[in-house]
Amino acid sequence: MRVHDSLIGGVLLVLALAVLWHVQGFPPAPGQDFGPAAFPELIAGGLAIASAALTWQGLRTSQPLLTVGEGLRSPRRLLAFAVVIASAVFYILLSEQLGFIVCSLVVLVALQWACGVRVGMGLVVAVVATLAIHAAFYKLLKVPLPWGVLQPVAW
Amino acid sequence: MEHVVQALSMVATPTVLISMLLSGMFGMFVGAVPGLTATMATALLVPITFFLPPVPAIGAIVTATAMAIFAGDIPGALLRIPGTPASAAYCDESYAMTRQGRGEVALGIGLVFSCIGGLFGTAVLILAAPALAEVAIKFSSFEYFWLVSLGLTCAVFITSDTPLKGVITLCLGLLIGCVGLDNPAAYPRFTFGSADLLGGVSLIPAMIGMFAVSEILRFTITTEEFGSFKKQIGSVFKGQWGLIKQYPAQTLRGSVLGTAVGILPGAGADMAAWMSYAMSKKLSKTPEKFGTGHPEGLVEAGAANNSALAGAWVPALVFGIPGDSITAIVIGVLYMKNMNPGPLIFINNPENVYAVFTIFVLANLLMLPLGWACIKVSARLLRLPRNMLMPIILVFCLVGSFAINNALFDVWTLLAFGVAAWFLEENGFPVAPAILGILLGKMLEENFITSMIKSDGNLLAFVERPIAAGLAAFTLLVWFGSGYMALRRRRTRGATVHAAIPP
Repeated sequence: MRVHDSLIGGVLLVLALAVLWHVQGFPPAPGQDFGPAAFPELIAGGLAIASAALTWQGLRTSQPLLTVGEGLRSPRRLLAFAVVIASAVFYILLSEQLGFIVCSLVVLVALQWACGVRVGMGLVVAVVATLAIHAAFYKLLKVPLPWGVLQPVAW
Repeated sequence: MEHVVQALSMVATPTVLISMLLSGMFGMFVGAVPGLTATMATALLVPITFFLPPVPAIGAIVTATAMAIFAGDIPGALLRIPGTPASAAYCDESYAMTRQGRGEVALGIGLVFSCIGGLFGTAVLILAAPALAEVAIKFSSFEYFWLVSLGLTCAVFITSDTPLKGVITLCLGLLIGCVGLDNPAAYPRFTFGSADLLGGVSLIPAMIGMFAVSEILRFTITTEEFGSFKKQIGSVFKGQWGLIKQYPAQTLRGSVLGTAVGILPGAGADMAAWMSYAMSKKLSKTPEKFGTGHPEGLVEAGAANNSALAGAWVPALVFGIPGDSITAIVIGVLYMKNMNPGPLIFINNPENVYAVFTIFVLANLLMLPLGWACIKVSARLLRLPRNMLMPIILVFCLVGSFAINNALFDVWTLLAFGVAAWFLEENGFPVAPAILGILLGKMLEENFITSMIKSDGNLLAFVERPIAAGLAAFTLLVWFGSGYMALRRRRTRGATVHAAIPP
């Protein structure tokens, strides 16, 4: 997916200006000329100049506003792409309540299905991978992965 | 000498050796599977190394990366798909050899000359790093300011063909590095009231996101179809000794150039391979044979990409400035392990430094048997369905980024940086400058502010000390030199620049 350089440049220019405006509210360091605002101000200034240059450079090309690659135009691949992001969000939001094992199984089955693995096969891989990752991180490395709904049968 | 003995005893423990062996196998695997890069291998290892003592942790990373860079040659030679970007430079050449029925020679070159290049780079690391550290100990904030500036400059101008976009990602990285309390004034910047952001953006989840999650996203929408390879592979080591004797100059040149490119901040193994393959062709007596299954370029570039790995550790250990994206991750690990890089580590903990050197030598030697085994099973490795692998890697990333601080906020960081890196790369923005910016922002600011306070705002003080002046001159030279080159290129190429960039 290629977005027009001028569009990206424009958005970044706005971001840089927002940072420049925001750092004006930083308090000065007592007794010194260079407070916490000095460095971000400098960098944001640089970003503003560079993104303005990119915007200007982009305006002189005949690049289309948005080019969507072959991959993203195929519904099957677009779905897989969306499922990756959705499953990460799902994991973040629900892993405390549902627990790691349930979440990992759901994520793995959904993703393998989206990537075109046969459902039965995907299920087997999901179970094996989940148990392996759980054993490695929970048992071996002592990471407190949440049990969630499986708390009563925690091992 | 006592430090060397101490270092040897630190390395010769079961924990270190076993973690090196396992991570070596892991590195071979990741390198040999197309679409999984050496940087990704490092990023995936970090959550595990987090729980290991410092020496085995570093052993694991060094071994895995060395193996991954070599193993990238395998699918390159057999399927014409580079396993890691560092093998892309010469995969046409090695594939041509495979089609002529000399696949085992191509793979053998990859293995043997990777080992030679790796050992050469290690030798330079062992000799150069302590000597540099002695100079570096006298550096003040002025020298460090210029050193970091030079590193960031190289990352932007030398490694990317779109310097303007590199400057932008660098600035974004530096701004991200500003987030949190950790600045000279200890004022909470850009936290917007979030307690999670007080400590800044967590580096490790951000890096796993940029190097692993972005690859998974790219995989889901890739339209490439990969073939498979079934032919039996013959004896790998046969004839390699003859090649060493036939191409000694090429081997040396590849190793030297690779190490030098590795030492340059921001440029790593892939850059080294491209440059030395091109150089080999230019200086060859038979340049017309290149691309037709000729071993000469393979020898040179195969040595170069592995020597770059060790070279990248020189600035990483001595100054805390990474030589490539792999050492950028490594520096994050060193800080986590309280093995802060910098000249002082050579004085306070020389045994740790010698342990790193020992690990490098061991890892490069371990490459021969492990690589041989990997080539033997490569036909099977290349048939592994990546659509099963990628989902598992995603769950691994989710758990791994959570494990660093046991915080779900870090998983958000992972996702955000993964999507951002994917989008930036799609649009031709190089990601490496951003990583360096996040990592080095603090160091740059600290030395900048300290220098400004010391000199009372007088910018001339930045170039009063001789070494600082030299570094400053070099930095400005790269800026103006690249600016001049870009202008000249634009004049000759005109408006066709955009057509040249693939979508």
